[in-house]
Amino acid sequence: MTDKFIWTKKDLLGIEYLSAAEIEHILDTAASFKEVSTRDIKKVPALRGKTAANLFYEPSTRTRVSFEVAEKRLSCDVINMDMKASSVLKGETLADTGRNLEALKIDVFIIRHTYAGAANVLSKFVKGSVINAGDGKHEHPTQALLDMYTLREKFGKIKGLNVAIIGDISHSRVARSNIWGLRKLGANVVLCAPEIILPKYAREFGVKVTSNIDEALKDAHAINVLRMQFERDDIKSFPTPSEYFKNYGITKERLKKCRPDIVVMHPGPMNRGLEISSDVADGKNSVILEQVTNGIAVRMAVLFLTITAKRGENEILN
Amino acid sequence: MKYLIKNARIIDPSNNFDKVADLLIEDGKIAKIEADIKAKDAKIIDASGLVCAPGFIDLHTHLREPGFEGKETIFSGTRSAAKGGYTTVCMMPNTNPTVDNIQTVKLVKEIIKKDALVNVQIVAAATLARKGETLTDYIALKKEGVAALSDDGSPVENTEVMRQVLIEAARAGLPVASHAEDLKLAKNGVMNDGFISSKLGLNGISNASEYKAIEREIAVAKETKTPLHICHISTKESCELIKKAKADGIKITAEATPHHFTLTEKECEDFSGNTKMNPPLRSQGDAEAVKQALKDGTLDAIATDHAPHAPHEKEVEFDLALFGIIGLETAFPLAYQTLVESGLITLNKLIELMSVNPAKIFKIPGGNLAVGSKADIVLLDLNKEWIYSKDEILSSSRNTPYIGRKMKGSPAHTFVSGRHIFKEGQINEEF
Amino acid sequence: MEKVIQTADAIEKTLQRMAYEIMEKHESVDNIVFVGIRTRGVYLAKRLKEKFDKAASKNAPIGELDITLYRDDLSQIADAPVIKATTINFDINGKNIILTDDVLYTGRTIRAALTELADFGRPASIELAVLIDRGHRELPISANYIGKSVPTSRKEFIQVKLKEEDKEDIVILGERNDR
Repeated sequence: MTDKFIWTKKDLLGIEYLSAAEIEHILDTAASFKEVSTRDIKKVPALRGKTAANLFYEPSTRTRVSFEVAEKRLSCDVINMDMKASSVLKGETLADTGRNLEALKIDVFIIRHTYAGAANVLSKFVKGSVINAGDGKHEHPTQALLDMYTLREKFGKIKGLNVAIIGDISHSRVARSNIWGLRKLGANVVLCAPEIILPKYAREFGVKVTSNIDEALKDAHAINVLRMQFERDDIKSFPTPSEYFKNYGITKERLKKCRPDIVVMHPGPMNRGLEISSDVADGKNSVILEQVTNGIAVRMAVLFLTITAKRGENEILN
Repeated sequence: MKYLIKNARIIDPSNNFDKVADLLIEDGKIAKIEADIKAKDAKIIDASGLVCAPGFIDLHTHLREPGFEGKETIFSGTRSAAKGGYTTVCMMPNTNPTVDNIQTVKLVKEIIKKDALVNVQIVAAATLARKGETLTDYIALKKEGVAALSDDGSPVENTEVMRQVLIEAARAGLPVASHAEDLKLAKNGVMNDGFISSKLGLNGISNASEYKAIEREIAVAKETKTPLHICHISTKESCELIKKAKADGIKITAEATPHHFTLTEKECEDFSGNTKMNPPLRSQGDAEAVKQALKDGTLDAIATDHAPHAPHEKEVEFDLALFGIIGLETAFPLAYQTLVESGLITLNKLIELMSVNPAKIFKIPGGNLAVGSKADIVLLDLNKEWIYSKDEILSSSRNTPYIGRKMKGSPAHTFVSGRHIFKEGQINEEF
Repeated sequence: MEKVIQTADAIEKTLQRMAYEIMEKHESVDNIVFVGIRTRGVYLAKRLKEKFDKAASKNAPIGELDITLYRDDLSQIADAPVIKATTINFDINGKNIILTDDVLYTGRTIRAALTELADFGRPASIELAVLIDRGHRELPISANYIGKSVPTSRKEFIQVKLKEEDKEDIVILGERNDR
């Protein structure tokens, strides 16, 4: 860790856009922020006088609360906006929403959206920082950062780790962000799911792809278990929930064949007994609650770095 | 008004003419093409260093009027066309109301008469409300002066209906242009299907959604032994199918847009609504195939698919952005740079693709510089280089991914029926 | 033009003197703890503590403070500094804190450190120990233990180099060459 690292990115739109050094810097910064949450007074004045707008176009209790806690621990003022209820229904465009909020002097926009690229689009119309809190099937960068943070805490480094991502990868922004980040930091990634929900172009991400769970778990240092959503209507010939659990569910029996120190992660919310069994979720290999704790530190780091970024001439449209 | 165009390199592929000469315009017609014409009372245009060609003809323009005047009007769209060197545009019928009956054709003709700066040919809908069910009245539409039929924007999904469309259109003497797309395969796609759509988390539109539909169009054209024009070809497979169909003697013609051979799906990476169109920007391989197909004659014409949309329809989430970009003002420089400057085709061939062939496909006037014909002419400055900017756009809309691109080769003057409507880069409103 | 203000030997002697001063000033040394301000204040606090421990036969607790998040000029500084953790693994309530830094200048760093310490509890007292006091205070802050007072102009700079970070122990006074 060097003393000088000039952070220049005002936005965090996705892990694809970050260099390995930038990812490491976020994780290093998060490590320092983690201490703040252990104090009696869990608050530092770093972002006092700044205002964050949490724009949630899609319901998400966990991510929103995590961001809100991170913002408050940095003394940032917080505005929570349930976008479903407000201007969207009146037909306001994303660009107009951004421009209007900018007029209120918002410093950072945290956006969660059903559509891919919403954060990228918003960033073109506002001068403030934009942090992607999950956009459609595209990216969920802070989730991947907290996953990598947790892995780094467990194993000391990411390079050389074998990480298996199991589940509905083609619909998963968590998977995409993790793939970018893990690959950039030198981990070996294997994706595992029933053939029907494996993304067509998965191999082009530079990962191994298999439908055989035992092959995926063999030699894995860590598993990232994705939430299964059986209600999706664009998949017809999907395995049934019980079939899925039988063939792909992470159970104690399956873990017996793995490295004893294997780390089990899940981005939440979990479907117990569906993609993961309760004894694994609550067992000694699970780091699921640590992920939640680390999420605060990582989001504090991202907020701090993007807001205090040394800005060049940021191009703003109109 | 008489005009004497002096010392231009006159290219008229229809008459195999390509040399430096003078061209005299009199009474709206081409009066003479000779070396060193003397005409005392004519206004002289020094065209040394310029190319004089038959005005461009766009087979595929959305002028949006009536109904969507916030995007474009016949007034603004034809000014945009004049700047792009077009003397004729063929307007698509997906307006509101749809141009699927003679009353609406009459209404559109009134507006054209009042507002249009260049020739506007009307393409009427092939089926009522472009629903692909009931055929419109081709005989009556033809009588009212309609140039062609198309349900552009939507395919005619029912093959039996398509068969009837071709038979009845041939009987009425009207060309048919098909927007070939298999909607079941395209599903809810918003960009080309591939690794890029996968990484961006956007739903893909496969090449098959286009070429499967083209396969059907070829089969119907073969069976009915009637001509069929296919719009905006974007894939390698489509080019191969058309090449084979032509070799088999089937009467297929086809067009490609400049964006499908100058840009690729990579443009979509920043989620800008201005990179969203249908067919979508494809892979590098597809763009190369389209270029080769333009060179070897598989594709007959370059058409713009000029599709204006207002900012609020594009400054939105990629999934919500409307399909289409404007193209009249950038078609020539893009085609010139990419196809001619690169050495792939000659300038004469490009003029065939942009003027001669479009006139033939829709059997409409223009596309040549024959003495006695209407003076629809463009003067091209091949050396002009500039950066394309928002401020110069004459269309009512700004939805183009080319802002900031270095351009080379520009229309300098446009004449329509001998009227000097576009002069040294400016619209001449005196007419 | 650079001038040596203190050599390695002088630094060593100065710290020894300061450690004695701390002992002399406190009737009871039981509650004395050291907190260094990152980066060089941490090393100075460690050295002070070692000398103090030896003289007082104690093992005083020691903590590290990163005041970046408490700075009043975060949005103005050109290079965003790298954040490092604050580590105070003991209860500061009722303690006599010896807050340590290398150079005392405007007083703003100390102001930030005092605010941060307040977030950790209510110490019995906080005293300030600095190796160099170069004047030009912008806040009503003064040091209790001063290694050396050096009158300076604002154009000059003081550079404290320490073995732990810079391979040598030396204090230099120099002129800023404004670019």
